[in-house]
Amino acid sequence: MTAGPGAASVVVAARPLLTFNAMDVPGQVRDAMIAHARFCYPEEACGLLACDRDGRVRMVYALTNAEHSPVAYTVDPVEHLRAMRHAERNGWELAGVFHSHTHSPAYPSPTDVARAVEPDWVYVLVSLEDEEAPEVRAFRIEGGKIVEEPLVVGGIGTRESMR
Amino acid sequence: MSVRVRVPTVLRPRTGGEAVVAAEGSTVGEVIAAVDRAHPGFSGVLLEQSGALKRFVNVFVDDEDVRYLEGLDTPVADGGEIVILPAVAGG
Repeated sequence: MTAGPGAASVVVAARPLLTFNAMDVPGQVRDAMIAHARFCYPEEACGLLACDRDGRVRMVYALTNAEHSPVAYTVDPVEHLRAMRHAERNGWELAGVFHSHTHSPAYPSPTDVARAVEPDWVYVLVSLEDEEAPEVRAFRIEGGKIVEEPLVVGGIGTRESMR
Repeated sequence: MSVRVRVPTVLRPRTGGEAVVAAEGSTVGEVIAAVDRAHPGFSGVLLEQSGALKRFVNVFVDDEDVRYLEGLDTPVADGGEIVILPAVAGG
């Protein structure tokens, strides 16, 4: 049996996703996370990310670090709930969290791993270690295991051109 | 007195995968106890041995954090909703 044109196009379209498992992050989202990290410095900054049904980041919520600490963060619980409600009203869902490391690399700390409870979320780290060139990296954290999730940073509306 | 309880991903293995469960009760504590009867082990994830809410668990009634209301004694209206969210935290 010969595959029709429809089947063939599905295979071709799916390949980049399966190969890279990359997460689309509009440049504005990356910029917003860095801006919030700088705004909150010397405390750690944190916030949440909402994705649409295609897994594309549609909103970044810059939220309060309830701990107001340079070495720890807790997303303000009421702001967390409000962000979730906002995302759901728009047909999105919360799909990740970002926070800053002020003097260490953009890599999950042992505390980040110990407290990660959402295996489906992406954990984005913004490092201000090099204040001229902040580093942004993303990870999945499940069962104590850290797996980097490559970020595809582009402009809004350029999703197709990035694949 | 049926109340909707929204269950976070991390707790869904305790509710047979259900994201929303219905339970009877007129306070947060009663509703959690009712869910625990249907899904044994549910309350152990939320509550300390002393019965207090664990530090990294947030519970909302009508979108208000019960820590700023009456805790587990916070009343829940018939048809109301309880949302459970794990604290999003790290270092």
